[in-house]
Amino acid sequence: MKKSGAEILIECLKKEGVKHVFGYPGGVVLNIFDVLYDEKALELILTRHEQGAIHAADGYARVSGKTGVAIVTSGPGATNTVTGIATAAMDSIPLVVFSGQVPTMLIGNDAFQEADIVGITRPCTKHNFLVNDVKDLAKTIREAFYIASTGRPGPVLIDLPKDVTAGMTEFNWPKQVQIRSYNPTYHGNKWMTKQAAQMILKSKKPVIMAGGGAIISGAAKEVKELAELAKIPVTMTLMGLGSFPGSHKLSMGMLGMHGTYYANKAVQNADLLIGIGVRFDDRVTGRTADFAPHAKIMQIDIDPTSIRKNVRVDLPVVGDVKNVLKDTLKILKEQKGQWGAVRTSWLKQIDKWKKERPLSYRTEKNVIKPEFVVEQIYEITKGNAIICTEVGQNQMWAAQFYKYDKPRKWLSSGGLGTMGYGFPAAIGAQIACPDQLVFDIAGDGSIQMNIQELATAVINKLPVKVAILNNGVLGMVRQWQELFFKERYSHVHLDTDTVPDFVKVAEAYGAVGLRATKPEEVMPVLKEALKIKKQPVFMDFVVDWKEKVFPMVPAGAAIDEMIFDEDIKKPEKKLKVVK
Amino acid sequence: MRHTISVLVENKFGVLSRVSGLFSGRGFNIESLSVGETIDPAISTMTIVTTGDDQIVEQITKQLNKLIDVIKVVDLLDVDHVEREMVLIKVSPRKEDKSEVLKLAEIFRGRIVDSGAVTFTVEITGSERKIAAFIELIRPYGIKEFVRTGKVAITREGIKKTK
Repeated sequence: MKKSGAEILIECLKKEGVKHVFGYPGGVVLNIFDVLYDEKALELILTRHEQGAIHAADGYARVSGKTGVAIVTSGPGATNTVTGIATAAMDSIPLVVFSGQVPTMLIGNDAFQEADIVGITRPCTKHNFLVNDVKDLAKTIREAFYIASTGRPGPVLIDLPKDVTAGMTEFNWPKQVQIRSYNPTYHGNKWMTKQAAQMILKSKKPVIMAGGGAIISGAAKEVKELAELAKIPVTMTLMGLGSFPGSHKLSMGMLGMHGTYYANKAVQNADLLIGIGVRFDDRVTGRTADFAPHAKIMQIDIDPTSIRKNVRVDLPVVGDVKNVLKDTLKILKEQKGQWGAVRTSWLKQIDKWKKERPLSYRTEKNVIKPEFVVEQIYEITKGNAIICTEVGQNQMWAAQFYKYDKPRKWLSSGGLGTMGYGFPAAIGAQIACPDQLVFDIAGDGSIQMNIQELATAVINKLPVKVAILNNGVLGMVRQWQELFFKERYSHVHLDTDTVPDFVKVAEAYGAVGLRATKPEEVMPVLKEALKIKKQPVFMDFVVDWKEKVFPMVPAGAAIDEMIFDEDIKKPEKKLKVVK
Repeated sequence: MRHTISVLVENKFGVLSRVSGLFSGRGFNIESLSVGETIDPAISTMTIVTTGDDQIVEQITKQLNKLIDVIKVVDLLDVDHVEREMVLIKVSPRKEDKSEVLKLAEIFRGRIVDSGAVTFTVEITGSERKIAAFIELIRPYGIKEFVRTGKVAITREGIKKTK
């Protein structure tokens, strides 16, 4: 029996095990939405903006490890997905995005709602397709899911002209996928792995640096095993938080621009740096010429282009980090190294650094410090919540003051740094994990970038907790203006003390709005928020606008050239509105 | 350093823009690029001439390999190979120089492919150096314009690493 392209699409999604799709209808995808009308096994979550749909699919993918799926219409529907797709591409998140397209005979004619979305998304997808013929549809979808989820994952876009979804053909779902030009390397080279074990055996001052790759490949267990077996302290990149327990004795927290003093010190003094699923991003390395100057650098990654892209690498191992770590551990266990004695002085040194400059902030009696809010969230959730963030100061404080013990509990736009990511991502996460506590730690700027998704959360009865660290400014930009632009606060004032009233916004949407203006109100507000089970909550925490993220490595400095709160004078100016 | 990179790709629409987009997006340099079908019509070869230090060329070959439609990437600097380029040069010499120019073309095994009242067009095939040498010799006689195909290259039988 023949099926329409739209029916084939939905059949394929079901065969791929998809349960939830995020999307927004429009003219050229009417065929698809018509099939969804009767579909019981597949739920489409209607967002209020296509960007929200992609971030939600991304959040869904990050917590579940499955491929996130979205369906949008052509033209503006498709172009609205670009930020979300680029966000997923930078953070290696598997997505399959279906965009409608004008009928094939109209392509190129500047038809109504036409955009060359395949051309537009070419540089920000792992791969993309334009389906010309309904006969190719099933095979293309199969390949798209395969490409998105294997190797170094990433977003794949499929552009579907209207006549393709309307066209009829026999449905043949290919059992297997074979792409001759796409063969990721899953197992590390044996000789390289042996070298890796040797380097670990010989090192006296090793540091593990775990990144997003460790989470994607599901290697948290192996990272822990390696750290504990060979007594190696661990630091994580922003993307790697949760790949090793943050509350573990060997954890040094995050490194880099706003990393801990001790993590940065350890990297700069190490004799071996073991990069696990990291790409040595500029926020991590600081001035590359002086990054880990005494260390041999080992890099384990599934993507060969990540290796030697930013820093010198002494030993590259291309492969799935989980497999490579397993092989390395096997060799190390046979060697029976005397780790305890060898590492004592190194671990002692790290403890000394930890005591010298722990993560800290100064409390004030009548003002809420944003770090305090994050700490209180950690306390009340006992470290078990899924934490999404927006981008800027809120993101850094959430990374510093919440300890992530498990992978896939920390969702943040690390690579692209997308403001407006956190809230829709939290919605996606909550749909994937209905029984878990999901927080979005937001800023008053970022939350306004996708605030319309309140409707999605309310209508789907999602109890997402949004903690807005409301300092009235674009905090990270203000911080830079204070430190490097003579306190010339150009266009960072958001007037969020009056516009909008976040409590009223929440209430207008049918969500719950709460506010705290004094430190002693923080915990009661959080307690109140946790009681709410079927509605989203906005918590408006009015926090100190002067607060800055520390430690900080200024742009162009080496990562041990950190500045601290006590090193700089307090801002002299009152916050002046520049309009 | 100058590298000639041979890239086998799926012969599909959009592949050229994936490859050229990769170069422009990452700030790599393309000196010349030529594309054509291979013996298997489903596959095309791109011959790309680029410059960069070892790290850049390593990134270029890796990034090319990462593209889903790219089947194989060979940096010909590492491989014994033959390379050729063709150029069509329209020359407008003074009457008294005409025979001199024709003689030069003959020495370089060029062919006259078009001739008019004022100009004639020479076709020269060869290595980059040969073409450069010919252009320099002919320049004083008056070149109106020239077009080059870009380099194409093929490995020699029994590929050996020359490095």
